[in-house]
Amino acid sequence: MVLGLLRKSAVDVPFLAVLAVITVLVPLSNLALPESSPLHLSTYTVTLVGKYLTYALLALAVDLVWGYCGILSLGHGAFFALGGYAMGMYLMRRIGDRGVYGNPVLPDFMVFLNWKELPWYWYGFDHFWFSLLVVALAPGLLAYVFGWFAFRSRVTGVHLSIITQALTYALMLAFFRNEMGFGGNNGLTDFKDILGFNLQSDGTRAALFAASALALMGAYAASRLVVESKLGRVVAAIRDDENRVRFLGYRVEQFKLWIFVFSAVLAGIAGALYVPQVGIINPSEFSPLNSLEIVIWVAVGGRGTLYGAVVGAILVNFAKTVFTGVLPEMWLFVLGAIFVLVTLLLPDGLTGLWRRKEQAA
Amino acid sequence: MTVVKAALVATPSDDERTEDRRIEPAHKPILYLEDVTVSFDGFHALNALTLYIDEGELRCIIGPNGAGKTTMMDVISGKTRPDKGTIYFGQAVDLLTLDEPAIAEAGICRKFQKPSVFESQTVFWNLELAMRTDKRVWPTLFARLTGEQRDAIHEVLETVGLTALRDRRAGELSHGQKQWLEIGMLLMQQPKVLLLDEPVAGMTHQETERTAELLLSLEGKHSVVVVEHDMEFVRSIARKVTVLHEGSVLTEGRMDEVQNDPRVIEVYLGA
Repeated sequence: MVLGLLRKSAVDVPFLAVLAVITVLVPLSNLALPESSPLHLSTYTVTLVGKYLTYALLALAVDLVWGYCGILSLGHGAFFALGGYAMGMYLMRRIGDRGVYGNPVLPDFMVFLNWKELPWYWYGFDHFWFSLLVVALAPGLLAYVFGWFAFRSRVTGVHLSIITQALTYALMLAFFRNEMGFGGNNGLTDFKDILGFNLQSDGTRAALFAASALALMGAYAASRLVVESKLGRVVAAIRDDENRVRFLGYRVEQFKLWIFVFSAVLAGIAGALYVPQVGIINPSEFSPLNSLEIVIWVAVGGRGTLYGAVVGAILVNFAKTVFTGVLPEMWLFVLGAIFVLVTLLLPDGLTGLWRRKEQAA
Repeated sequence: MTVVKAALVATPSDDERTEDRRIEPAHKPILYLEDVTVSFDGFHALNALTLYIDEGELRCIIGPNGAGKTTMMDVISGKTRPDKGTIYFGQAVDLLTLDEPAIAEAGICRKFQKPSVFESQTVFWNLELAMRTDKRVWPTLFARLTGEQRDAIHEVLETVGLTALRDRRAGELSHGQKQWLEIGMLLMQQPKVLLLDEPVAGMTHQETERTAELLLSLEGKHSVVVVEHDMEFVRSIARKVTVLHEGSVLTEGRMDEVQNDPRVIEVYLGA
């Protein structure tokens, strides 16, 4: 049934197929082929592409609220970072007595701050399942509370964008504080293993890559089902004319809240997959600039299509990797230029070009 | 409710405004507006407006610009809260305690001045969105059309004459077709009262005629309140006309009576 529904959009099946092939081939080329082989991918590359895939999942989350519901969130980095922190806390607990100070109970930064015991909100993170729960619940709850107030008061448009930006900025300042107990400006790092598997080993890296690709596929399929459902059409109707939807008898704020929370959970999952691959989570992930960048990815790829967000995230981040290698100080100007050009010349993003050709044919 | 009852039993001589209600004494009112006042920055958009709409009635509301016609629709549909006054739907539902979705749910549906259909969606989907059903979030996520619901949509497509265009995106429709689609969306909500704000604005002569037929066919099944500037259109459908002026009822009656009323002539010719 799922495939039957997906077939409606001509792009979905090839898109998911490509992802499935990548999921299998990339880890295989890293693990099974000798380094001398031209088809061998280094562990560095696998991790880099794995990171892109988590960004793609984050972009997908933003496209759901922005492209489909018209909520321009400039604070989705906050949900991503919260998911990342939840995973980071688990990874910290896995370190055990292998830290620099060798304290079996307290993470290094707590020993450094002279803390005597583990704060209560760190309880439970020894368990993987509990951490996964928080990965979804923490962003979900924040999105619920924030959305409940914002949508009920009918804050829309630019005003809403500004308060989402303020939200992530406030969280960044809070997480910078050592007293918060999340490692202050250093954040959480020096991770050793996940579920007993060494984080530095090629096998674990390949598995994390595959997990990211599978999560992206699952989220893509789920998001497609959501936007093609009647709820998805109500949400698109809200984007086009919020008041009219209200007079049809729908409680607009509850629909916005649903899609906003769903999106925040996806962003949290992306963050949780990102952290073990890059090996660190710190408050800079909450920086307003990060959230702005996500919006640019989606705009570049083309919003309101799901696949556009994925393509945009991967392309822009690939460009970022290249540019920050060659001309690191120029990157922000390049990013700004890309955004301006796409907005002016390609309102439907890069994938819009392809759609235009399709329609003409 | 005592206010309402008092108004119902009031003898015409008590209050000049109730006088004209004698025209159709057989029907029961379904919508009661009493003493409704709305002011924006000291300007009274509605000034102690008292108006009753009967069940199954087709009522036209006319009046010069700024007479409060659209504001009247705003207060009934919940978009604007009055400063003063009571609005009842039937004998028991106090509309002032409900918000827009709840008022729509109760059976008062509204068409806006500017046709507001969802242009990126098909005609069929527009009707499906409007359909009377469980409109909470989770049931909407898992909603599947039943055969009966499909039939209901086809019936409305037939009524508003858009069957051939059911799979077109609403944005591709002509202006008149959009207006009909929007009327169709109201019908999908199975309303007791339809509020139509200028349904023939911008329509061609033929489209206007078809719309008149459409509205006349609804009479008796729904109460229809039409705000309209097009006098010829009003004359072609009106049973009873209410003239608003400066936020309250100037007079009510049959079109020919109203047209010959010197007060009406005065406000329209702008003395």
